[in-house]
Amino acid sequence: MFLFEHFFELTLTGLALGSVYGLVALGYTMVYGVLQLINFAHSEVFMYGTFAVVWTLYVLGGTPTTSTGGVIGMLLASLVIAMVVSGGVALLLERVAYRPLINRNAPKLVALISAIGASFVLAEVIGLRGRIAGALGLDDNIGRFVQRSRDATGMPVEIVPQPVVRIVDYTVTNIDLLVILSALLMMVMVDQYIRRSRLGRGIRAVAQDPESAALMGVNSTRIVQLTFLLGGLMAGAAATLYMIRIGVTRFDAGFILGVKAFTAAVMGGIGNLRGALVGGLVLGVAENWGSALIGTQWKDVVAFCLLVLILLFRPTGLLGESLGKARV
Amino acid sequence: MSSTASASGSSSARERRSFRTRISALPKPAKLGLMVLAALFAYALPLLEPPFITTPGTDFGGVLFTVAVYMLVALGLNIVVGYAGLLDLGYVAFYAVGAYTVAVLTSEHGNWPYLLAIPMAVGVAMLSGLALGAPTLRVRGDYLAIVTLGFGEIVRLTLVNTPWLGSAAGIARIDRPPSIELFTIPHLNWDTGVPLVDFGQTTIFVRFGVLDLIPYYWLALTVIILVLFGDKLIKDSRVGRSWEATREDEDAAELMGVPTFRFKLLAFAMGAFVGGLSGALFAGRQGFVSPQSFLLLLSILFVAAVVVGGQGNRWGVMIGAAIVAYLPERFRGFEEWRVMLFGAALIVLAIYRPQGILPPRRTVRARRMEQEIEELEEGTEEEGARG
Amino acid sequence: MTSKKPIWAAALAAAGLVLSACGTTGGESAQPEAGASKACNLEFAFMGPLTGDYANLGINAVNGAKLALDEYNKQNADCQVVLREFDSQGDPEKATPLASELVNDQKIVGLVGPMFSGETNATGEIFNEAKLVTVTPSATNPDLSKNGWDTFHRLLGTDEPQGAAAAKYIKETLAAKKVFVVDDASEYGKFLAGKVEKDLGDLVAGTDTIQQKQTDFGPTVTKVKASGADALWFGGYYAEAGLLAKQLKAGGWKGTFVSGDGVLDPGFIEGAGASAANGSILTCPCAPADASFTEKYKAISGGSDPGTYSTEGFDTMNVFLQAVAEGKATRADMLDWVNNYDAEGVTKQIKFDQSGELSQVTIYAYKVEGGKIMPGTPISGA
Repeated sequence: MFLFEHFFELTLTGLALGSVYGLVALGYTMVYGVLQLINFAHSEVFMYGTFAVVWTLYVLGGTPTTSTGGVIGMLLASLVIAMVVSGGVALLLERVAYRPLINRNAPKLVALISAIGASFVLAEVIGLRGRIAGALGLDDNIGRFVQRSRDATGMPVEIVPQPVVRIVDYTVTNIDLLVILSALLMMVMVDQYIRRSRLGRGIRAVAQDPESAALMGVNSTRIVQLTFLLGGLMAGAAATLYMIRIGVTRFDAGFILGVKAFTAAVMGGIGNLRGALVGGLVLGVAENWGSALIGTQWKDVVAFCLLVLILLFRPTGLLGESLGKARV
Repeated sequence: MSSTASASGSSSARERRSFRTRISALPKPAKLGLMVLAALFAYALPLLEPPFITTPGTDFGGVLFTVAVYMLVALGLNIVVGYAGLLDLGYVAFYAVGAYTVAVLTSEHGNWPYLLAIPMAVGVAMLSGLALGAPTLRVRGDYLAIVTLGFGEIVRLTLVNTPWLGSAAGIARIDRPPSIELFTIPHLNWDTGVPLVDFGQTTIFVRFGVLDLIPYYWLALTVIILVLFGDKLIKDSRVGRSWEATREDEDAAELMGVPTFRFKLLAFAMGAFVGGLSGALFAGRQGFVSPQSFLLLLSILFVAAVVVGGQGNRWGVMIGAAIVAYLPERFRGFEEWRVMLFGAALIVLAIYRPQGILPPRRTVRARRMEQEIEELEEGTEEEGARG
Repeated sequence: MTSKKPIWAAALAAAGLVLSACGTTGGESAQPEAGASKACNLEFAFMGPLTGDYANLGINAVNGAKLALDEYNKQNADCQVVLREFDSQGDPEKATPLASELVNDQKIVGLVGPMFSGETNATGEIFNEAKLVTVTPSATNPDLSKNGWDTFHRLLGTDEPQGAAAAKYIKETLAAKKVFVVDDASEYGKFLAGKVEKDLGDLVAGTDTIQQKQTDFGPTVTKVKASGADALWFGGYYAEAGLLAKQLKAGGWKGTFVSGDGVLDPGFIEGAGASAANGSILTCPCAPADASFTEKYKAISGGSDPGTYSTEGFDTMNVFLQAVAEGKATRADMLDWVNNYDAEGVTKQIKFDQSGELSQVTIYAYKVEGGKIMPGTPISGA
């Protein structure tokens, strides 16, 4: 059967796809773990990261003929800038759309509405950047950045995957390895940070019991900011890996990915950091296997049905909820 | 107790006694009279074509129809989200099921007359509500959001990729409601600043054609009135109280003997019923359906309408739906900026009016009770300071 | 204590955001009229996507139409014509109420558009009932002319000859041995890919269906490579086409990427990257713009090059303008004029048959080279 003949190709590319889902899912799962809020606008935090990557490369003068060493250097710079930008957008989001509601103890549904509104605004700012630039009279010098605002923006540099090692039916490329290993590394770093550091303990404390944490002297506003920031940093990293793999972004690139990432977070166990990555990887592989078995047009149906099945048999997700529990 | 409340809380009580309480304090026949007047005004609205409310650049009757359908959807979603407290991010699925059932029965695979297709549409929608609810309502509240979202997408993807359902092209030539042409009603014309009866622009009562959309609006309005009656009956019954108990604290409700799962399922089914009905109306007017009309974005819009309007309050959600449907059409010059402005409006409304434009009566009642408790506590502080 | 005040403040804030200026109407373009004899103050309408995700295509066509209008109005400064724009965003749901509104405005005597097949299908009945003549410069679904709408006319070939020509090109000019066919499940993409698949017969080594807005095509790439195809036909639009072409190249596939008019847009090259896009072939029933047209077009479009359907938009408007020059002024006259039209435009000889289709259709093939779309050459169709 096709799936078995190309098992490793489908699985490994699925893992690469899922790694990006997992990194974005980290943002959803952390905010939910601490605040019990679905951060609907996290998808736009990711999307801003992708644009940061592309525009950094433009500014650094990347072209299809840039040397490999030059490209790697530029990508590293883009990674840093993307993480900063995504982190910044996340903090802005927290300040404008969430903090007023958290302070008033508003119902969760209202916070969701605020997040939805923020998501629309953030996406449309990018989607209308041509009109905005025109209105502000800026479009002469920055034409390359604002033209055809609703269409795709591609990478100025060319990233050609190099084969590395052959596993049965598939030659794993350097990009596949980069994406999967980076995601694992980031997840381990965040996990260790949450476990070991003082602020990380603060996050776990607020997730477990906000009132007791406040009594113990934990500044919950700072913690919430930190949570958003961490999620944003991870999204920025995910954005860089996404641009390396896919190479194209749009103002609405965040939307579908955000839904998938949130699905992944729930699959793995909402509030569980490792669960976010596991959920992401499972989702990526499931999509690919679904494509091979039933046809690409049904892959999303497969993914959602898988979600329902997982929740039926393990109502708290694959790895269970844990940010608010005493362990991890 | 009530005297203490009115004495010390007099300023806020005064404000609260303003519009809402005065209306509810009216004697029954007066309330009935007001309702009848309001209904008559609603029916006459597209004919009156009032100058600032009418929509330039697009058909006013058509816009009113869209407003009416969204209001109906909001009423249905209000049962799920507002009464039973279930976060449903995939409500568009029921809307789609209703519309497509009518389409399949009257055009694609059958030749049923429109009116017979409606009960089927509603029935199939209810079944899909039960089918969705049965496995998923046992899942925790917030997980329900992503599961219902997934369901909405599954329905849409199935519509796009199934040739039997028309695939991406959709289904056209859907039957329209039956016409009985009785008499002709002229519109009002305000071009000269003064309302003049214009016999050049008329509506035939009642012809469901292609050019004049006002009869569809009247049909939708009639359905809304019927649904409002049903809604009031259900909400005031034992079912409504069980929903309230489930919403406030599910575990406590279970302990008190409320079969919460069954009532949640009932809420889903009722919501699906109304959603399917709206979809059927939509299909009848549009004459064709395609999966493009049932995007995830629409589910989100519906939830926004309900929350912004005041979840749990049937009038509030209708206002929310009216805003969401009407404003973009009224201000068509802003086509491009619509989504961004809508998003900004959501943030502002969420932050400054989190309870919704018209919060449900219980919220007002609950707030008053909290105030009473607060005053009692303050009272003891005063005594403490004195003593 | 919060009181009733925030309702009104918030509602005003919300309304204020949307209410930032007074409401406007359908939007007018071109110059106002000056009174004179003949048929003056006539209005035509354009319906299509002018904003939103498909704005490029609508803007291409409306600019072409405006170019024709501009030339006419310069020559007839005393008796000008107006083109009113109705932005449907390419959405049939938005198009329907617009059509009702448009049709009830008796000053409008002809419609350039609607642009997309979906919205044409949704509004055709309205225009037919109102006897308002429509000529679409871009809607390519063949079924549109089978509804018996007297008012429907189409100024380019449908997807039937396009698919046939594409299949023939792949079979003969590219001499492909195995072809993989992909569609995007959209009405347009599915039909076109189906037609190509049927005409290629045994050459088809495999098929797959992707979804719109999809970004990762891993399994599809795997399938294509496994099939050993040396050419691939994609039925769909440029956003997905670009990504698919890029991932095919990255996956090591060396065949030729062939697609249709939905991909004929610089967005394809942006998405695929120049090196993956080079060598691709894009078919279209639309004609390329020659140098003089391009120059005049740039003057009116603010510097952009003519795009897909610009020339068709130009020709469509001209058909109407010639009627005005002949003194036709009513909807009935316009309909009659278009039904009996037989003259040459910049794109082709324009003559409509009974169902509103062109009697003569040419399909062009555009090659992508050096990161740009080269002018098209005619290829013969079935």
